[in-house]
Amino acid sequence: MRRKIAGIVAGIGLTLASGTSALAQELTIFWAEWDPANYLQELVNEYEAETGVRVTVETTPWSDFQTKAFTEFNARGDAYDLVVGDSQWLGAGSTGGHYVDLTDFFKEHNLGEVMAPATVKYYAEYPGNSGKYWAIPLEGDAVGWSYRTDWFEDPKEMEAFKAKYGYDLAPPKDWKQLRDIAEFFHRPDEKRYGVAIYTDNSYDALVMGVENAIFSFGGELGNYETYEVEGYINSDKAVAALEAYKELYQFTPPGWAKTFFVENNQAITEGLAAMSMNYFAFFPALLNEATNPHAKNTGFFANPAGPDGDQFAALGGQGISIVSYSQNKEEAMKFLEWFIRDDVQKRWAELGGYTCHAKTLESEEFRNATPYNEAFYQTMFKVKDFWAVPEFAELLQQINQRIYPYIVGGEGTAKEALDALAVDWTETFKKYDRLQ
Amino acid sequence: MTTDVITRLDPQSHAAKRGLSDLSIRNLFIIPTILFLIVFNIFPLLYSLYYSFTDFRASTNAPANFIGLQNYRELLNDPFIWNNFVITAKYVIVSVAGQVVVGFGVALLLNRDIPYKGLITTLLLLPMMLSMAVVGLFWKLLYDPSFGIINYALGLGTFEWLANPDMALYAVAITDIWMWSPFVMLLSLAGLSAVPKHLYEAAAIDRAGSLYTFFRITLPLVAPILMIAIIFRTMEAFKTFDLAYILTSQPTTEVLSIRLYKMAFQEWQTGRSCALAYIMLIVVVAITNIYVKYLNKVKER
Repeated sequence: MRRKIAGIVAGIGLTLASGTSALAQELTIFWAEWDPANYLQELVNEYEAETGVRVTVETTPWSDFQTKAFTEFNARGDAYDLVVGDSQWLGAGSTGGHYVDLTDFFKEHNLGEVMAPATVKYYAEYPGNSGKYWAIPLEGDAVGWSYRTDWFEDPKEMEAFKAKYGYDLAPPKDWKQLRDIAEFFHRPDEKRYGVAIYTDNSYDALVMGVENAIFSFGGELGNYETYEVEGYINSDKAVAALEAYKELYQFTPPGWAKTFFVENNQAITEGLAAMSMNYFAFFPALLNEATNPHAKNTGFFANPAGPDGDQFAALGGQGISIVSYSQNKEEAMKFLEWFIRDDVQKRWAELGGYTCHAKTLESEEFRNATPYNEAFYQTMFKVKDFWAVPEFAELLQQINQRIYPYIVGGEGTAKEALDALAVDWTETFKKYDRLQ
Repeated sequence: MTTDVITRLDPQSHAAKRGLSDLSIRNLFIIPTILFLIVFNIFPLLYSLYYSFTDFRASTNAPANFIGLQNYRELLNDPFIWNNFVITAKYVIVSVAGQVVVGFGVALLLNRDIPYKGLITTLLLLPMMLSMAVVGLFWKLLYDPSFGIINYALGLGTFEWLANPDMALYAVAITDIWMWSPFVMLLSLAGLSAVPKHLYEAAAIDRAGSLYTFFRITLPLVAPILMIAIIFRTMEAFKTFDLAYILTSQPTTEVLSIRLYKMAFQEWQTGRSCALAYIMLIVVVAITNIYVKYLNKVKER
């Protein structure tokens, strides 16, 4: 009997020993399900070839991404060693103790200068200007626009446009032109529509779209240092921006009431819309003839300026953080050291990743690599983001509740919606003791 | 021939040899079930009741502070939550009423001798065998204003079923009616086939009209089983989530459970969402109680 027990114990011991040694050779990165995650998998395969450490990029659909990641964090689970989290998660990730503090790592490798400044500010630092870093900028992203060059360059269209609006038909330089062009191409009888914009109110899609307008109109969501929102989010500029966004909504294809990146790319691939808003990360698919029959006739432009010449774009993109409940933190740290190497960042860009590495971004090679890289490069220096506080999801819910009925349902006025939002946000910030 | 309700243990059996009495066998079956119920149902229920009185957030390390009835007070004073209640009530009424009318109607049609009755009944049951998510996804395609078959068949042009804030909730209800009418139909069929034939014969002899027969014989006798179907469907419709969540994201279709999901798993307001879940539970229990009382009254008749 004793021998039997000894045998079983030895067996269990062996299993455990081999189990842990196998674990040490593996890392799991959690990200959303989209093309860049596939590019990242290709990149980390090269890490495996180099070091023998197997890295898996595990993905889940975007709609589920936040919920799944935070369910795992809240359960203190170690399923993921690293997570490529949204910029607005920084507050919740850091104050909740889910992310490993990377400040020393950041300073040691001088990442504040190695990576583009806007990406460091929005993907890595929390709270703002605190000098505390929780992530390494991994995928830079912002909202840009694609458009149908064949529609824009059609001599008949150009002539008709000039006759109607008094200036040449070309990619819009400001939001006024964007509106005019959308109106011009909006022909429901021909099943052609003016513009595709984000309208999904379940997470941050609609808000991202509206931010593009608000920021370029010179508006702000609030004061990110004092958390004051009254007079910011309901300023005249923000109101005008929201009105402009609503105006665009009338030039969208039918049924455009729950749309995000998939639908907006479809607007181009299906030949529905003249222009479409989307993250740069989704543009590679538009140049691929297998996925876009109009690939040859698709062009790109950066988010146009507002009436006063301000030009900004809503920030997308993510930084990579180490999960504090991971069993493989040291191994993860080694991986990050590899990831920030100049040659790896260059390779990341080649594979299709939007590197945040300043040197790579600035290189002629990168900027000329695709038709949209130049627009991306320019945009990454004029991006702004949503609140990154731990209660960001409540703030998102409140803004969605206020602006969606106005934009899609046509209820009330922009001023009423934003005034009510200012009250909601003020209450929320008071609830969390950020405002007196 | 009579049979015992409890099968006696054969003295020669393995269990008897090991000395397992009827009692221990019963315990063996029942105790795990009760344990399971306590661990997975009763404990979470009580635990979340406690959380509903705190400001706990699962996404932070901050401890839960007891705040009394504040969550309940704030929720019941929130106009958006009241709006969610109104939406849910509208949805429940439209969807359950639709299912009863369609389901009972089809059952009446099927309650006669027609060829291939079994096959037709089985085919009619198909919708409720599908997964909610799948039904949601393909109805989204059916409703599509550009290429959806519904607009094409009805000649509605580019009518926006799901993008139109006033129509979206009804579009979701229509999908639910399509999916769950077969359930009402099935129960109604069982009820209808149990109505004694001689009652109809007596009514025919008395020259009762078909409407009279329906309201005085068919409906009262089927009512108890129909009530059960209504109770089930009301409870389900009240907590509906998948269909509405997949089909559309209109604020006019944000039923309570969607709001609850967002509050609990997107905003991580754990304490407050527990309170909302309790409010929902109380409402469902109250509605069900009213129904059950009514059901008992119907049965007594």
